[in-house]
Amino acid sequence: MRLASALLALCAALFLGSLLSGPASAPAGASLMALVRDDGTPLSVVMREIRLPRALLAVMVGASLGLSGAALQGYLRNPLAEPGLIGISGAAALGAVLAIQTGLSLAFPLALPLSALGMALLAVLLILALAGPRGASITLILAGIAISALAGALTSLVLNLSPNPFATADIVFWMMGSLADRSFAHVWLALPFIALGWLLLARLGRGLDALTLGEDAAQSMGLRLPRLRLTLVVGTAACVGAATAVAGAIGFVGLVVPHLLRPWVGARPSALLWASALGGAAMVLAADIAVREALPGRDLKLGVLMALVGAPLFLHLIYKTRKEMA
Amino acid sequence: MRASVRRSRLISLAAALVLTGAVADAGPPAQVVSINLCTDQLALLLAAPGQLVSVSKLAHDPSSSAMATVAQVYPANDSRAEEVYLLAPDLVLAGTFTDPATLQMLRDLGVAVEVFAPALSLAEIPERLAQMGRALGREAEAQAQIDAFEAELTRLDDAGPGRPRAALYYVNSYTSGHRTLAGDILRAAGFDNVADEAGLADGGTLALEQLVMLAPEVIVRGRDYPGQSRAEDNLRHPALGALQGSTVTAALTDRSWICGAPHVLDAVREMRDLRLSLEAGK
Amino acid sequence: MSLMTLHNLTVRRGARAVVADVSLRVEAGECVGLIGPNGAGKTSLLRAALGLLPAEGEASLAALPDAERARAAAWMPQSREIGWPVSVETLVALGRIPYLPRGARLRPEDRAAIDAAIARMELGPYRDRPATQLSGGEQARVLIARALAQDTPLLLADEPTAGLDPSHRISTMQVFAALAAEGRAVLVSLHDLGLAARHCTRLVLLKAGRLIADGPPAQVLTPGNVGAVFGITAYQAETPQGHVFQPMELAR
Repeated sequence: MRLASALLALCAALFLGSLLSGPASAPAGASLMALVRDDGTPLSVVMREIRLPRALLAVMVGASLGLSGAALQGYLRNPLAEPGLIGISGAAALGAVLAIQTGLSLAFPLALPLSALGMALLAVLLILALAGPRGASITLILAGIAISALAGALTSLVLNLSPNPFATADIVFWMMGSLADRSFAHVWLALPFIALGWLLLARLGRGLDALTLGEDAAQSMGLRLPRLRLTLVVGTAACVGAATAVAGAIGFVGLVVPHLLRPWVGARPSALLWASALGGAAMVLAADIAVREALPGRDLKLGVLMALVGAPLFLHLIYKTRKEMA
Repeated sequence: MRASVRRSRLISLAAALVLTGAVADAGPPAQVVSINLCTDQLALLLAAPGQLVSVSKLAHDPSSSAMATVAQVYPANDSRAEEVYLLAPDLVLAGTFTDPATLQMLRDLGVAVEVFAPALSLAEIPERLAQMGRALGREAEAQAQIDAFEAELTRLDDAGPGRPRAALYYVNSYTSGHRTLAGDILRAAGFDNVADEAGLADGGTLALEQLVMLAPEVIVRGRDYPGQSRAEDNLRHPALGALQGSTVTAALTDRSWICGAPHVLDAVREMRDLRLSLEAGK
Repeated sequence: MSLMTLHNLTVRRGARAVVADVSLRVEAGECVGLIGPNGAGKTSLLRAALGLLPAEGEASLAALPDAERARAAAWMPQSREIGWPVSVETLVALGRIPYLPRGARLRPEDRAAIDAAIARMELGPYRDRPATQLSGGEQARVLIARALAQDTPLLLADEPTAGLDPSHRISTMQVFAALAAEGRAVLVSLHDLGLAARHCTRLVLLKAGRLIADGPPAQVLTPGNVGAVFGITAYQAETPQGHVFQPMELAR
């Protein structure tokens, strides 16, 4: 419980920090007043229409990625499972790009998250089929490389074929992710799917705890494995699909956050779920503040920061699990 | 090997000299190919009948070309040396941003190339018209266009002292300051440019937040490109609509804003009409 | 009271029957040893009995709804999997999952069952250590404790003594015998025939998926059965401490 309060306090502080960072400088007090009271001033528009949806999306996207990372790891009993690394985010980005480039999302806005969700679903099913019941690291990573590469290539292809001269520049956004200039339209678009994903994944705690003992023992304790698998697949696809549809593919959140928090929850997969959701929100909020404060005016992508933090940790984890992989 | 390469180089150089000399002797160029959207338009305005044999592909595209209809009767080229050379031009018209490798290749092959710098202000347009007139041997036609252009520009210049503040806002939050053609169109139409307040005289990235904080009376949205891209989302951001006291225009800065040619007058006229309607509304 | 009934249970892997027509009852108070050479179908029989493997015939446990079965029988698989570095206490507490309402914390009766299981397997000193850092033998005992915490009338265990030192083999079998004496029942597969003969009240002998013999140790471990099924000879004796079985040589 102490961890929960600490993480909540951290999220609240970073949320405030996110609301107060940006190129338009204004005193903190005035900014927050303008946020609460819609007085029609430009500052109020900045706070209510630009900063608030951005901070909300950071929470939604971060919590989704942290939560799905923890859930995937719990199911596969492998700390290397992460939506970005195993290609789910990449596939979701492809789905989003397809919805945009076919013009479908223009006619029917929900097509954007739905299409991302559909492709994410395909990727999760493919990964689970390839990795087998006990997600061995080597298959997991190799399958992830293959799916990421294919999704990335198809995303680039679709964007290169676009008649729009700016579509190719979008490749960076879809591969690296950014929350710059998102609006409440994106919040409302993603929220139903992300909420559904959270609800589904939050129900997995008990089953994931039981899976600590392996599938056989877990089933003998009354766990319905096919149902757990289905919940995991749909929950992950909904969370990661919707998050990627509005923010692009942001990697490593689901790897770094569960890894850092695991010792704090006694390694219990159920406790790691909510902790990683809060931790993920805090991490993306912090990164989104950093991209604005470190290089203002450059639209540094979130994925760049995440990879700088996450890739060394990933290498460290591979080093630690190399015995299992040999 | 080396000697023979050098010799062939010399021969082509000599051929180039002879050819250009021949063109100069024979008066105006008979076969002119334009490979740049803006030189296309200047040439379409000034060339003698039959003189212009091909325009760039973009000239046919109505979303980019102010003279797309007129241009349809001219065959389009892909602006690459191979295709252009096969058209056997006496003169190729290009922009300073045309791929230098293409231009060098054409010069090596003995084709005369006339390069036009993009106009960064309305004042440079008569210079470009004059340059095109000289290149095509159509100085009189060029002077007529220059006179008409300057007369119309003077007629449109009726802004009072209370100049409304405006912003040009393009894809990826790009804006243009007063040292650009688009910025100068805005000025000529009687607006002040908020990009100058943000210190972006040449243009650059103006974050959505900064734009909102500057709260210009008019936000001139950049043109709509075909297809979709995430980079254009900023043009539809709800914050622009939420800004009270700001008018957000439809997608402007299209074909009449791009080239330093007399068609910029359409843009000036359109923006001046907008200013007049704003003033009438007050 | 019968805690488990199998009737004509058959498990097929492809065309081959790895368990063929096995009928078996386990009564309260029994400690039943399931013996047979490698590949005899011991693991398949146990898993099919729990409904973890599709099978033909009748299995009373497999017929129960999942939640009810989890309170009727605990299962300790041969692969000693511990996925995460959770503490010994947390791991043992997993055995209470079948009883906990969704989202509930451990209740006093759960705590009592966990404490009893930890005490029974003499794991007190390891209580707060990460289970993954223990030795193989210690992990095996932790997993038995987990199954004990499930507090079911019947315990099914697959090779629980493999890799344990002699003293822990004996203490583990004593725990099983004590459970039987309390009126529960244990069905345990074993390779150590001496241990089986000494501690089980009854043995079930499998060969190539078929039930060859079922009865008290002395009646099952006849020289003929031992020779035919295992291909060995053995020294056997009745002692005041029970039946003694010592494998001697390969049968010629």
